[in-house]
Amino acid sequence: MLGYLVRRLAQAVAVVFAMSVIVFVGVYAIGNPIDVMIDPGATQEIRAKLIEQYGLDQPLWQQYFVFLANVAEGDLGTSMVYNIPVVDLVFSRLPATVELVLVSVTIAGVVGIPAGLYAGYRPDSIGAKAIMALSVLGFSVPTFWIGMLLIMAFAVNLGWLPSGGRGDVGEVLGLHTSLATADGWSHVIMPAINLSLFKMGLLIRLTRAGMVEAMSTDYVKFARAQGLPDRQIVFRHILRNISIPIVTVFGLELGSTLAFAVVTESVFNWPGVGKLIIDSILQLDRPVMVSYLIMVVILFVLINLTVDLIYARLDPRVRLKGGA
Amino acid sequence: MSDTATTTGGTLAVPSAAPAETRATRLRNFWSDYRRSPVAVVSLAVIVVLLFVSFGAPLVSPQDPYDMAALDWMDAFLGPGTVGSGGYVHVLGTDNAGRDMLSAIFYGLRTSFVIGLSAGALALTIGICVGLTAAYFGGRIEALLMRIVDLQLSMPAILLALVLVAVLGQGIGQIVLALVVAQYAYFARTTHGAATVERGKDYIEAARSTPLPTRRVLFRHLLPNVMPPLIVVATVQVASAIALEATLSFLGVGLPLTEPSLGSMISNGFKYIHTDRYWLSIYPGIFLMITVVAINLVGDQVRTVLDPRRSR
Repeated sequence: MLGYLVRRLAQAVAVVFAMSVIVFVGVYAIGNPIDVMIDPGATQEIRAKLIEQYGLDQPLWQQYFVFLANVAEGDLGTSMVYNIPVVDLVFSRLPATVELVLVSVTIAGVVGIPAGLYAGYRPDSIGAKAIMALSVLGFSVPTFWIGMLLIMAFAVNLGWLPSGGRGDVGEVLGLHTSLATADGWSHVIMPAINLSLFKMGLLIRLTRAGMVEAMSTDYVKFARAQGLPDRQIVFRHILRNISIPIVTVFGLELGSTLAFAVVTESVFNWPGVGKLIIDSILQLDRPVMVSYLIMVVILFVLINLTVDLIYARLDPRVRLKGGA
Repeated sequence: MSDTATTTGGTLAVPSAAPAETRATRLRNFWSDYRRSPVAVVSLAVIVVLLFVSFGAPLVSPQDPYDMAALDWMDAFLGPGTVGSGGYVHVLGTDNAGRDMLSAIFYGLRTSFVIGLSAGALALTIGICVGLTAAYFGGRIEALLMRIVDLQLSMPAILLALVLVAVLGQGIGQIVLALVVAQYAYFARTTHGAATVERGKDYIEAARSTPLPTRRVLFRHLLPNVMPPLIVVATVQVASAIALEATLSFLGVGLPLTEPSLGSMISNGFKYIHTDRYWLSIYPGIFLMITVVAINLVGDQVRTVLDPRRSR
């Protein structure tokens, strides 16, 4: 197990380094950020001075090593647009994204799992068919379009909810969150529903598949023969048995929810990390792009690593094979 | 009686005639299974109609939305059903530049289809090559290729495409390239999975023992037998390529406004969301939704029909 762990860790580090080079070179190729930053009327002197200040006159490999050295010291550079350290910038935006993701994941679970259970329990009923049709919609219709429809319906036509922004931020136990105020909730609910739909579709399908399979197993037949009420069979026996794959997939999907937040945050003008990366791409804010991308790579490599290690722990074949 | 014997067992006697006949029969069987779902048949019909109006856009649309000379700013923001200066009814209204929405949607749909289909075809080709190579050769090549594929699969396609488009710049070619890089991994994984199962079977072993070149064994013997799951993945991936392109264009990193796609039209209409000019964003969105959902429903039915576990 230890040998496997060391090998996998080395691989993960290698992947992060390889990706950091790719990201750095890729972002470098996008264009000269100086052209975007200063107004075209600025003199050559100001231009040259700025280029020197940001170290853009040095060869690429040198810039990369300067970047690596800075990262080692916890310095991811300074945003060229906001003029504050990228670390501070990302961490100031992170709470908004985390809160959005948490609310949407909760909605997906609270609605998706019971809906999936029902659809698997009575697969031929009209209700089950409607639920499955909705899950196909949640899966296939682009997120941004549903978000726009929500805004049109609930913000523009009905005027019930605000169309964007984060709203008032309150303080609970030292954490600043918009979930502490009623105004904050009115702002978070629509984007959270929007973000939850894809996950909800996935959950419904997973739960339904597990339920259908479980219904034909021997333990359910025996429980029935014992005369247990269906409610007890479903919630006490089946749910417990099918919850492991659901939780696994759901945990894996948490990472991709962060990615989808990019779209939802743009539609609802939600001041999170996703909005930040879109803005930085549009404004050629290189340090923010590079740092965000490398953070995402690290996040996904970590998720992968954790999953592999758990599997290796559970299944000896994986670790004996070497998993190279 | 003797007729059936030649088609099933007589392949040795007439090797060239038998495959063609079974292929036609297989297609007929497929169709008779497929049409059992009315929803899937309707979806297929919808796709055919959409393909026709999009690729026939110059013929069926009332106006050429790219022709700046034909546009009149006096026609801007006409509501659905209004008669414009051109003397015909703008069924779905006009946009801020006085463009007929219906025509723009047909042309935009064409862009979406071109991008979705070419990205899907390229990703399929590359994915097959990667997957077959990995499954056939095994060992270190397999480990390396599949590790890259798995790593890519763990990253959401939208994020990968977003980064690539940011790096590559705007334009149809760039978008297709970004989508191919983001999507080939799905095909590679599916091919590899199916091919690993097939590899162990006797007919591949037999083919390998002959002096046939590796390429021929791979593409003529192995590939046809791993095709069914790939067809399903391909349908789903075309739909998701179209949706991804629309999303990227909506976020402002996809196609420039000079090459209108459904995504950039919706993005344009989004600016007017707080006015009562709903038609600028609603109609292109409805066409996008219908396209994507129809392709997915067809894919669902194809999956059901091709599922080997399904009892006949």
